[in-house]
Amino acid sequence: MAFRYSFRSPHATLAALLLLGVAGLGAAAVLSPANAQEEVSEVAAAEFANDPEARGTTPEAHKGYDIAARSDRTDHGYGDSRVSFTMILRNAAGQETTRDVNITTLEKADESVGDKSLVIFETPADVRGTALLSHAKILEPDDQWLYLPALKREKRIASANKSGPFVGSEFAFEDFTTQELNKFTYKYISEGELDGMAVDIIERYPRYENSGYTRQVSYTDQEIFQVRKVEFYDRRDALLKTLTLDDYRQYENGVYRAHKFTMVNHQTNKETDLVYEDYEFGLDLDENDFVKGVLRRIR
Amino acid sequence: MLCKNIAIASTLLTAFSGIASAGEWETTTEIGVEARIFLNDPIFPGQSDDTVQPSLTFQSDIRWRSDDGKHEFVFVPYVRADAVDEQRTRADLREGYYRYVSDGDWSVLAGVAKVFWGTTESRHLVDIINQTDAVEDIDEEDKLGQPMLMLSWLKDWGQLDFFVLPYFRDRTFPGIEGRLRTPLVVNEEEVFFSDDDKRDVIDYAVRYSHYFGDWDVGLSLFNGVAREPRFVTPVVPSATPEFFQLYDRITQAGLDLQYTKDAWLWKFEGIVREGQGETYTAAVAGFEYTLYQIFEKPWDLGLLGEYLYDGRDEDITLVEQGVTTAAPFTAFENDVFAGARLALNDTQDTSILAGAIVDAEDSSTAVFLEAERRLGQSWTLELESRLFLNVDEENIFAAFEEDDFLNIRLAKYF
Repeated sequence: MAFRYSFRSPHATLAALLLLGVAGLGAAAVLSPANAQEEVSEVAAAEFANDPEARGTTPEAHKGYDIAARSDRTDHGYGDSRVSFTMILRNAAGQETTRDVNITTLEKADESVGDKSLVIFETPADVRGTALLSHAKILEPDDQWLYLPALKREKRIASANKSGPFVGSEFAFEDFTTQELNKFTYKYISEGELDGMAVDIIERYPRYENSGYTRQVSYTDQEIFQVRKVEFYDRRDALLKTLTLDDYRQYENGVYRAHKFTMVNHQTNKETDLVYEDYEFGLDLDENDFVKGVLRRIR
Repeated sequence: MLCKNIAIASTLLTAFSGIASAGEWETTTEIGVEARIFLNDPIFPGQSDDTVQPSLTFQSDIRWRSDDGKHEFVFVPYVRADAVDEQRTRADLREGYYRYVSDGDWSVLAGVAKVFWGTTESRHLVDIINQTDAVEDIDEEDKLGQPMLMLSWLKDWGQLDFFVLPYFRDRTFPGIEGRLRTPLVVNEEEVFFSDDDKRDVIDYAVRYSHYFGDWDVGLSLFNGVAREPRFVTPVVPSATPEFFQLYDRITQAGLDLQYTKDAWLWKFEGIVREGQGETYTAAVAGFEYTLYQIFEKPWDLGLLGEYLYDGRDEDITLVEQGVTTAAPFTAFENDVFAGARLALNDTQDTSILAGAIVDAEDSSTAVFLEAERRLGQSWTLELESRLFLNVDEENIFAAFEEDDFLNIRLAKYF
């Protein structure tokens, strides 16, 4: 009981009620603040199957997992999406280069697998049409294919390279491939305040192999349950990078998405910003739109 | 009155821009300037003794896709102007096709297109749809556009492609002044076929490809005119001795495999070919192993190793129904390839690939280096070098022995 968790916002209660309604539980009694901890996990248990290995054994681990699960599951059910973004890479001297990227995502069927995504580069012009198709997994390495339009060649690539930089940016491959709940174990640290928001601070530890991190510290707001900031600690447990997520917007389907990501590398003073355009949802995509054969239709 | 005119004009403008903006146009143009620098004097009569062979290249990629993504038009012209070799000055339509992608899982492509099959790096045995544009480079990676009708099914059990190839394209070759050529110039005007086949005889191909866990698999079958020519000389020698291209009709079955595990890629390509002398097999098998973030930098170092086998018998000429057939010469009967790829993973996408193919029997060695880097947002700089070392006089590379070169290429993208 030491890590009692309480809702502060009426929106959160409403969201929880809606979730309960969907789940058909209708047990409003569990919404009393004293029982909020259990209520979070009951919501989770009703609609999703918690991974006991990822959820851990201690109360801190449970609570950390449940907060992360709620954040993840709040935006569940979007089906598919497409969005363009600009990647701005800034070196220590402040010089900028940019890449325009388009990403299409198919939501996972359940939490035992990951999302499928297709990333296509639009600029720089010499790599236009280069694409990366990923089938994210939980603990096994993701399946990834690279498409090189000049050669019309698709190539399965090793995804053991979790910690390497993604196309010269401050984002590692593991930051970029979809953030699956069960890829980590968790530990609740404390409540806190970030930019005037009440946040839950939790640590997460990669369960998959070849991660470049010992741990990540995430800050999730208590109002709409979105991750606002993540600090990444390298293999020596020194602070390596900080990711800030801004400009959250809610779409008609209820899903929240951040539209600005800022990744600062404290060890090199380099920075990468991702600036997103509007998301498109409801594209009616299916598994067949994410098989490797689609790569050859890109260019 | 004026208001009305403005209203009509604006309505028309809106309607027009509506049509123009239906679907999506995309154009990428690349203009390149390059200098091939030869380190030695040429050995064959007629070859230019210029040390530097400058060239200009132009390629535009123009494509339109309908809003629903079902219809696509693609037009990719390519032009090279070479200061030394007039055979290297020409234009090609690399791609020019219409593609329809159905709501279901099939698509059809009609027109000129490029297709790649295979997994290995040192040689592309299985890849057979497009003819090699050998005047561009000797690595057989530049291809001519191939006219085709291609029907594809994309299912959860894999991809099935059917090809009808109605027109055969000859391989390109350097002219008399060019370097990196055969001792005799290859005649590009008159081309021979081993039986009644002409270039307008239709070739067929089918390919199945899919992935099963960590395995990627491709199976292919081709029936048509071989992309690899034999060289023949006329019975009555002409005033200027030259080679003529002779193409055989072949059937080729191909298998390409890749097994991906951790940082390892294990690759295999194999073919069985019938129609050029005795039926023979050829294969390339090897690996690619990547070391990530070497020297605590974001650099990745890939180590490549492949063994190349080719069972063709170039000496045997079979006489079947009054027609002689034989296999074209190859340099890769029993060879070993070793290479390394360094990717700096920087904002400029700097990468270096270096390697060597060594003949296991006579130790003839071809060394290559390819490096590239983006400059700013829209320029790229590429370096390429090929050196021929310790070449046995019986080896095919003996013709290139004095053609060691360094190519510097600067390209601007629009």
